[in-house]
Amino acid sequence: MITKFSMAALAVTFSATSSLAATNITWWHGMGGRNGEVINEISQKFNQSQSECALTPVSKGTYEEALASGIAAFRSGEQPNILQVFDAGAATIINAKGATVAAEDLIKDAGYDFNRDDFIEGVRYFYADSDGKFVGMPFNSSAPIMYINDEALKKAGVEAPKTWEEFEAIAPKLKEAGYIPLVQSQLTWEFTENFFSRHNLQFASNNNGYDSVVDTTINVTDPNHVMMYEKLKDWHDNGYFGYYGAGWSDNQKPFEENKVALWIGSSGSFGGLQKTAQMPFSATFLPYWKSVNPEGVHTFIGGAALFAMSGKSEAENKCTASFFHFLTSPEIQKFYHQATGYVAITEAAYELAKEEGYYKEKPAAEVGIQQLQLPSGEWNKGYRLGFYPQIRTIMEREYNGIFAGETSVKDAMETIKKEGDELLARFAKTAG
Amino acid sequence: MAYVAPSPRFLPWLTRKPRPKVFAEGAKRVQFSSPVLPYLFLAPQLAVIFIFFYWPSVQAVSSSFYIEDPFGFGSTFVGMSNYTDVLTSAQYRGIALFTVVFTALVTLFSLSIGLLLGVKADAVIRGSSAYKTMLISVYAIAAPVAALIGMMFFDQHIGPFVEVASWFGWDMRVGLSYSDTAFAMIVVAVWKQVPYNFIFFLSGLQSVPVSVREAAAIDCKSGFRRFWTVTLPLLAPTAFFLLIINVTYSLFDTFGIIDVMVKDKAANNPITLVYKVYEDGFRGNDLGSSSAQSVILMIVVFVLTIFQFRFVERRIHYT
Repeated sequence: MITKFSMAALAVTFSATSSLAATNITWWHGMGGRNGEVINEISQKFNQSQSECALTPVSKGTYEEALASGIAAFRSGEQPNILQVFDAGAATIINAKGATVAAEDLIKDAGYDFNRDDFIEGVRYFYADSDGKFVGMPFNSSAPIMYINDEALKKAGVEAPKTWEEFEAIAPKLKEAGYIPLVQSQLTWEFTENFFSRHNLQFASNNNGYDSVVDTTINVTDPNHVMMYEKLKDWHDNGYFGYYGAGWSDNQKPFEENKVALWIGSSGSFGGLQKTAQMPFSATFLPYWKSVNPEGVHTFIGGAALFAMSGKSEAENKCTASFFHFLTSPEIQKFYHQATGYVAITEAAYELAKEEGYYKEKPAAEVGIQQLQLPSGEWNKGYRLGFYPQIRTIMEREYNGIFAGETSVKDAMETIKKEGDELLARFAKTAG
Repeated sequence: MAYVAPSPRFLPWLTRKPRPKVFAEGAKRVQFSSPVLPYLFLAPQLAVIFIFFYWPSVQAVSSSFYIEDPFGFGSTFVGMSNYTDVLTSAQYRGIALFTVVFTALVTLFSLSIGLLLGVKADAVIRGSSAYKTMLISVYAIAAPVAALIGMMFFDQHIGPFVEVASWFGWDMRVGLSYSDTAFAMIVVAVWKQVPYNFIFFLSGLQSVPVSVREAAAIDCKSGFRRFWTVTLPLLAPTAFFLLIINVTYSLFDTFGIIDVMVKDKAANNPITLVYKVYEDGFRGNDLGSSSAQSVILMIVVFVLTIFQFRFVERRIHYT
């Protein structure tokens, strides 16, 4: 016991001395479970790959908690070097000019090459400013895709739908075969934000909020978007669409239990699904309405990005830059992609995984990347909306109301627009 | 936020009645050699109160008059507009109304069930400690755990309560239907609080003198009437203490239960005012509005406490 203890003490002393010589940097993130472990593994790999910098990752709970802790720390001058911020919080941190150092500048100043075109199409713009300069470093990226219960489709004798029109045609057959035809997991992300991106429709004024915070308004009352929810409500009433509230896993569970034919989830879900699904499954792109957009373009990236916080010494910033550079290396990207199910964000990493035959083995892992590589349109680069986490809360409230029969689709969308626009105006005041 | 004083005689400064003199004859009066010394002894406690209560309160009041960028780069003075925005919002008023209903129902049910169980357990002679332990043990469960267990009972897919409800034709959809979620929240919040009330009522009942009970038994045959006219008035100090504790519990300490039951996504489900403060401040990073809401809550609690001590406690006689 005592020897074990002294060994441990010795190990601690050694690791402490080895990092004493190096520059220490910290990374606050909002990932738990397996994804949190992978972050520790990546940090270890980085620390082993060089000796100048020592990176310490710290989990701060959920995405929201990580952002809130980062903000509180920044206000008291104790901010970490790197903060992970999720998609909906992007406007909060990017609009706080002076809180961060743009990732692209940081990497270039440290003397590394940086080429925007190395990143896959759908990843390039979301965390960039309106000129395309990377402010945040895309890290864990995902796309909403459709998972398919192979057994159910076989039983019903139908093919997986590519469009919602095709879904409408096969839904009765799936229901007859004893399955709930369709379930989703997050309406705000899958059927609102990415409804706009997939159909190349404008989500908000001021170039989706990129150009200015002043007088930005949200387009949820777009007739096509209203139509989508009227259809969902209609499908729900006919037993073609199951809805179990705003929680993600409440909706995923029936799919895992082989009660559902089609489930809209995240490209990052597939790792977990391999363990929990009771039947063979595959995946394909998020369907779109042919009548709204005959082709369908790529979706927004979900997930989160890493931001270099300002107010740090040059030596520390150099370390942050070298970590960002390290993260984009194909080997690390491939490792992260395979360990978590998040998409590879660089072309090179994607090619590497392809060469290795990874997608022959696990075709579902490729769907998210392929979807993000679909053609780009004018409106699917991203959105930049202040107080967006609160706007999502309003949407969740109203959408639940629709399916609980408490409100109509039209009223719900008008309420979201009214309250959402008020929040956006309020945000413009804080940023002004 | 919850009071933890073990006896009903806490917060004496708010009561009107003059207290009996502490320094009765024969009691020892502590003498300090220096007038500074007692303040030195008080200093640590005062420092804690100042740092963790007064200072944040003052900060909340001051930031409630500003709209602020979350990172603290700029703040604009907006006067009372954070307050007017909040108070004119239909959504906020809906949440306030739910909070009132929720607090009233949780307090009512947890007090009355706790009292009922206390009276019944007091009457049991054989195996009484086993019953008491079983009833009390629930209190040892942490709020989030209680909520998780409750959530399992009310789960849309596997919940046994949902199954039972369906026998009566009630299609319970907790997490989707406002009223069903409210029902589940109240059940779990009451379930969590009943053992606490039970302990206090039981010890209150056991301190009713046997002689009084026996005298009452001779005078009156009806057990219910005896309880109503003799036992209950003697329990009043305990009940009053529990009333305050239960109101603060429903207002503040149910946060953990609500957070777990709405699973981080309140959507259209009912939430209380405290949860709204958290949602806007910590998730939405809207410090101005969140501060204004917490100041409103402070005022509500202040008024409520004064009301309780002024009007309810007057009718209570401490033995």
